[in-house]
Amino acid sequence: MAPLTTLNRRHFVQGLAAGAGLVLPAYAQQAVPELSGTEFDLTLSELPVNITGRRRIATVVNNAMPGPLLRLREGTDVTIRVHNRLPETSSIHWHGLKLPNAMDGVPGLTFAGIPSGETFTYRFPVSQSGTYWYHSHSGMQEQTGLFGSIIIAPEKPDPFSYDREYVVHLSDWTDEDPMTIVANLKQQGDYYNYHRRTLGDFVKDTGRDGFSAAVQDRLMWGGMRMSPTDIMDVTGSIYTFLVNGHSPAANWTAVFRPGERIRLRFINSAAMTTFDVRIPGLALTIVQADGTNVEPVEVEEFRIGVAETYDVIVQPQEDAYTLFAQAQDRSGYARGTLLSRPGLVADVPMMDPPPLRSMADMGMAGMAGMDMSGGHDMRDMPGMAMPGTINASGVDPKTLKGKPAVDNVAQMPASRQEEAGTGLDGNGRKTLRYSQLKSVEPAVYVLVPGRDIEFHLTGNMERWSWGFDGKKFSAAPPIKVSLGETVRFVLINDTMMEHPIHLHGFLFTVENGQGDSQPLKHTVNVKPGERLGLIYTADVPGHWAFHCHLMFHMEMGMFRTVIVA
Amino acid sequence: MRLCPGLIGLLMSAIPAMAQHGEASEAAPFGSPVMDQHVWYHAIAEQLEGRFGREDGFRWNAESWAGGDSNRIWLKSEGETDRQGRVEDGQHELLYARPITSFFDLQAGLRTDADSGAGRNWAALGVEGLAPLFFHVSATAYASSAGHYAAKVEGNYDLLLTQQLILQPELELNFYSKADPRRGLGSGLADLDSGLRLRYEFSRKFAPYIGVAYQRKFGDTATIARLAGDRASNLRFTFGLRAWL
Repeated sequence: MAPLTTLNRRHFVQGLAAGAGLVLPAYAQQAVPELSGTEFDLTLSELPVNITGRRRIATVVNNAMPGPLLRLREGTDVTIRVHNRLPETSSIHWHGLKLPNAMDGVPGLTFAGIPSGETFTYRFPVSQSGTYWYHSHSGMQEQTGLFGSIIIAPEKPDPFSYDREYVVHLSDWTDEDPMTIVANLKQQGDYYNYHRRTLGDFVKDTGRDGFSAAVQDRLMWGGMRMSPTDIMDVTGSIYTFLVNGHSPAANWTAVFRPGERIRLRFINSAAMTTFDVRIPGLALTIVQADGTNVEPVEVEEFRIGVAETYDVIVQPQEDAYTLFAQAQDRSGYARGTLLSRPGLVADVPMMDPPPLRSMADMGMAGMAGMDMSGGHDMRDMPGMAMPGTINASGVDPKTLKGKPAVDNVAQMPASRQEEAGTGLDGNGRKTLRYSQLKSVEPAVYVLVPGRDIEFHLTGNMERWSWGFDGKKFSAAPPIKVSLGETVRFVLINDTMMEHPIHLHGFLFTVENGQGDSQPLKHTVNVKPGERLGLIYTADVPGHWAFHCHLMFHMEMGMFRTVIVA
Repeated sequence: MRLCPGLIGLLMSAIPAMAQHGEASEAAPFGSPVMDQHVWYHAIAEQLEGRFGREDGFRWNAESWAGGDSNRIWLKSEGETDRQGRVEDGQHELLYARPITSFFDLQAGLRTDADSGAGRNWAALGVEGLAPLFFHVSATAYASSAGHYAAKVEGNYDLLLTQQLILQPELELNFYSKADPRRGLGSGLADLDSGLRLRYEFSRKFAPYIGVAYQRKFGDTATIARLAGDRASNLRFTFGLRAWL
């Protein structure tokens, strides 16, 4: 049982201020440690940390959380020796990098993992540029701090300029044992949700919408046994949200000279948290997504799904600005400060009200009469007219409804890339949408798929089970793709939550309606009720992981092997 | 209940199908990359409560489960003792459960009535799950080797007054096909045990409550109780603890 002192923590854990004497030097440093070159030694070990006032053991790289930034150069060959000093098997996966299968670092698929006390040497050519990251693919180590960033310098310069750059790791820290978190969710799916609708909310809704409408609304959700407050599985009730390892109270800071152009390389290295990022007072110019340069888009706010990266240019003029990253359910936030001289602070904004799911999130976008008219023709319905679509798990999707691992099936899935997402649309700020991402370098990646493979993203919040097509990893066959084949993966999200879907080994084009300029990504945050197409050419053989990057969803079996042979 | 996880752990190890952990396969030549076959367990005491009125008593209603997504073993136990240490309504079940729909499990196993009365053993078959509008319900049928049949229906509902203050109405009904005078039972609807409890969740796992408990016996069961000098209906104040681990 949780100690009583944690019981009233739904006012989220802000963490300890730096300088309280408890924060250890390893992660109290403002700058993320850096390594560069073509040969690296990374040592994985345990490290005592104190984020919230209690000492806990983190799993880290080179005694730092986040681990060191690796600076690579496009066109070089790198050697990375990973020494495992943890008491358990570990691994490092290079997230978003194209490399030989044996170097991908997924225990079970590409090797047996790095046993405790042993060293594994990764060697691979670097053929991309941009912002990426690395993390453990073993057990719960990613949740407990085993991740770091990769910056690959391009062979030809990026099509934008900047004077200074910072990596911004967003992550979620908990003092709780990750296995206990999953065990608790298995017993009660909304264990960590302290935004559930109460009698008071009913009274409020009655006052606003009338008694009959409020009752109808409860009957509709209750009839489906779904909750509109189902936004995140693990929340600020036990998470402290970090910027480069710093709690909101410890306040990570970055300095600038007024007028400088700063490149912020955002990496969502959280286990389970989607963040909505803004810097009040600054325009954010998105110039890169998942390592691919995109035509600049100016926004006030963007959503970053787990494992995604966004590079953003800002040009601060005045004294200090707060970097504010709310968790999607508004149960807490990560915070840092950009400042022109030490000691300055900026106001921290109030969090937005907790969002609610809608009919569209249940996969009824078409039925709810939502305005889905803006450019949603057949091009945005990948696979609609495609004969020979096969289901990835050999399942007839019509049979999914009512299966134990499935609590909902989207009846009218639709493209939702014109939307910013639950909690963002209609908030009065200019927020990034996937449909705005246009690759700078077109043409090369215009692919014509020969085959559609369809995946239903399924889950059951009551049983807390997650999978594809109503099956978890161990109950489903691998997906087979021929070497050199170009395929389209059609993702249909039947669940009420976003799932950041990640394919190892390949970058895929997201069918976002941008024609020849559709962006290349390694991770795509699929909205509830959404239907979305990804296209890639399977040009490297091997066993490649394809999974939801919400770590506990992956562990529950929302994972498949794609065998390219 | 602290013993339950240990006991169930032993049970589980006897069932290889449940203990299976990611072996090498075509999809994972070096073993499973995820823990989707992990065995989980919990012990939940829904009611650990004193009941105070014309007769004071202590009631427990607890259950424990262990297993993965497809196969689980349940232990359930309920009963009430009075101040003399006499135990009534002691029903204990060992069930195997398997999910059959999105929200319901099929459960099959054994029930033993072990208390201060005559002992009885039953085979059990039932369903348990979440009905529309978030009612937790279970319905179980029982058959004994003596050719008796019985049924038990249970239900409860959580009404959130606030995030942590929760009002829970709860109801249990017992039916028997034939009279069993040695256990004080007539045929047909025999009794109900119901409650209205207001709990405060300091955490999900630790929630003290206050409430009222209402028991009532029906038909011949009520007559037998009256003849024995007992009450056929009983409304009592209660306070207790809902806790799990």
